[in-house]
Amino acid sequence: MLSYSRRFLAAAALAVLTLPVAACTSDKPAPSASGAPSGAPAGSAGPADKGTGEQSKFFVQADYDAQMAMRKAQPTGPSDKPWEQSIDPQLIDTAKYKKAGPYHLCFSNAAVDNPWRQVGWKTMQAEVAQHKEITKFTALDAEGKDDKQISDIAELTGKGCDALIVSPNTTATLTPAVSGACPKVPVIVFDRGVQTDCPVTFIKPIGGYAFGAAAAEFLVDKVPAGGKILALRILPGVDVLETRWSAAKVAFDKSDLQVVGVEFTDGDAAKTKSVVSDYIQRYGKLDGVWMDAGATAVAAVEAFEDAGQPVPPINGEDQQDFLKKWSDAKLTAIAPTYPTYQWRTPVIAALKILKGEQVPKVWNLPQPAITQENLATYLKPGMPPLHYALCGCEDLPGYPEKWGGTS
Amino acid sequence: MRRALPIFVVLAGLLVAIAVVNPYFLEPTAFLAFVKRAAPLVILAAGQYFVIVSGEFDLSVGSLVTAEVVIAARLIDGSAEATWPVLALMIAFGLIVGLVNGAVTTLLRVPSFITTLGMLLILSGAVFLWTGGSPRGALSEQFRQLGRGSLGPVPWSVLILVAVAAAAVWATRARFGHTLVAAGDNDRAAALSGVRVARVRTVAFMISGLSAAVAAILLGGFAGVSAQVGKGLEFQAITAVVLGGVVLGGGRGSVAAAMAGAFTLEALFTLLNLYGISGALEPAVQGVIIIAAVALGAVRFPRARAAAAS
Repeated sequence: MLSYSRRFLAAAALAVLTLPVAACTSDKPAPSASGAPSGAPAGSAGPADKGTGEQSKFFVQADYDAQMAMRKAQPTGPSDKPWEQSIDPQLIDTAKYKKAGPYHLCFSNAAVDNPWRQVGWKTMQAEVAQHKEITKFTALDAEGKDDKQISDIAELTGKGCDALIVSPNTTATLTPAVSGACPKVPVIVFDRGVQTDCPVTFIKPIGGYAFGAAAAEFLVDKVPAGGKILALRILPGVDVLETRWSAAKVAFDKSDLQVVGVEFTDGDAAKTKSVVSDYIQRYGKLDGVWMDAGATAVAAVEAFEDAGQPVPPINGEDQQDFLKKWSDAKLTAIAPTYPTYQWRTPVIAALKILKGEQVPKVWNLPQPAITQENLATYLKPGMPPLHYALCGCEDLPGYPEKWGGTS
Repeated sequence: MRRALPIFVVLAGLLVAIAVVNPYFLEPTAFLAFVKRAAPLVILAAGQYFVIVSGEFDLSVGSLVTAEVVIAARLIDGSAEATWPVLALMIAFGLIVGLVNGAVTTLLRVPSFITTLGMLLILSGAVFLWTGGSPRGALSEQFRQLGRGSLGPVPWSVLILVAVAAAAVWATRARFGHTLVAAGDNDRAAALSGVRVARVRTVAFMISGLSAAVAAILLGGFAGVSAQVGKGLEFQAITAVVLGGVVLGGGRGSVAAAMAGAFTLEALFTLLNLYGISGALEPAVQGVIIIAAVALGAVRFPRARAAAAS
């Protein structure tokens, strides 16, 4: 009898443990764009003409059209400082926020739990450090939790901040918190948006559609008609990643390519490599690989190398490990970006607002793609493998050591 | 051994099912690739078997794997000369973590799922603090070879797996294995008949730590540095062991069946992938397996024992 109850107890304990651990691992996957996944996983798409399945519930035609237009638009501002540039700026007056320095800036950060946010956060700190008029910078890290960020924002509004920068963890949940802060302090939102226009400015790169489209169009251009494409996604149900895939779907649907699979990798290198190996086995060869984020691109490339096959056209992102692989293995590749230099812009915007200078209501930053032509510019030997090349941090004090590099 | 039979039948069934969908699977290269992919989990399951059969759990192996890979990348930093010393260090680190788990569980009498859950959190927190979420450095080509390369047609990881499996089977047949099972079945009786329960359980934890170190070497070699490499591996290993018919709570089961359980789990994931079922289902499948296997074990066993007794 004793051993029964022990067995049941053990089983019960295991079952209980599974829940919290599963809950915290679901926070971990690191979509390069930003923090925690929102929404429930959607069912996987059924097969259609081009194998791309149903269009994502997150797809908004007007947003897609706007982003496609912005990709072609010429940004205004200094071309050597893309973090100060903006596309189609609708300038607004900020005279009512004007006040004399020195300033106390505050920042509510969603998380620093992935390399993209790491690089961005270091870049923002360095940007703050080079402005003498900012005498105090208070930052709170919400560690990927909405509830913590809500209380962080409430706490910061009571701290006498002259301006509040917010990088929201999720869009909908953080909206009331931001709305509550707006009347008390000028608010600057960046990376992800909120569903209110009360912030003085919202800073973002062009967006997910532009990322997904740049990669897909490259494949449509480079892969011969009828070619087999494997699409790799991190996980379903996250808005910033859904937009990337939905734009790629639009491009593939219009092409002569055949998407033989759309797979989720959890952002895990070993899983990515296994999935790609499975597809190589199943189809003999693949003619192109589309990825919604670059963190596991090197693993995908290695799957071809280990199978003894040439690496087909592929996209990654601006992380050094991929750029190095691209250069060393002479890949046919492209690296669309979601630039980390956007972490500089909120600080610049805050100072402009406090000085009463005009800022765009929606500050659309350019979102370049790394191509064969400019690869050498972005390949930076001595920087860590997961460093993002578009940090815009090269001119900041402490580069490269502060970003983990060696000069 | 009779208890172990069902899992081999299930495994064979799954392999046949995969071969039906993908005939290429039966070719030597494809099959070796499958074994290579399964190797880290099989090794972890073998390690986990020793802990489970002795009546304990080791939940720390997943984050131990991550810690090992991240530490190795930082220390090697792409340099070939550092490879072998760092490999030795990884093995030592795995053994030490196992020793701590074992000592805390047996000497301080902290239940092992608390000890190892604590270790899981400590290691993942320490890795996060140290790396800030973004691992630095790189593994050398020499290091990568163990998980990526092959000796002729046979991947190194398959050779390592064969060696580990042989050692594990040998250990369970040796005196150590018998005392371990005795300790898991009834530690009081084992202690009274002269088994040093605390010592054999601590050694079991050290074996599990060692298996995590070997798995880390293979996984890091296979896919390179990642701060998520070990994510969820502890549950995969426990699922595999349970699937192999090893009784949670200890005292019953064979290491060969536990390893077959790991192959079965990997085969199941491969099959799901071949049928295009989303990877998001994997945790759900694992959950169902754990609950079903434990429930079946609890329901079926009394009858078998009653029959044996009569």
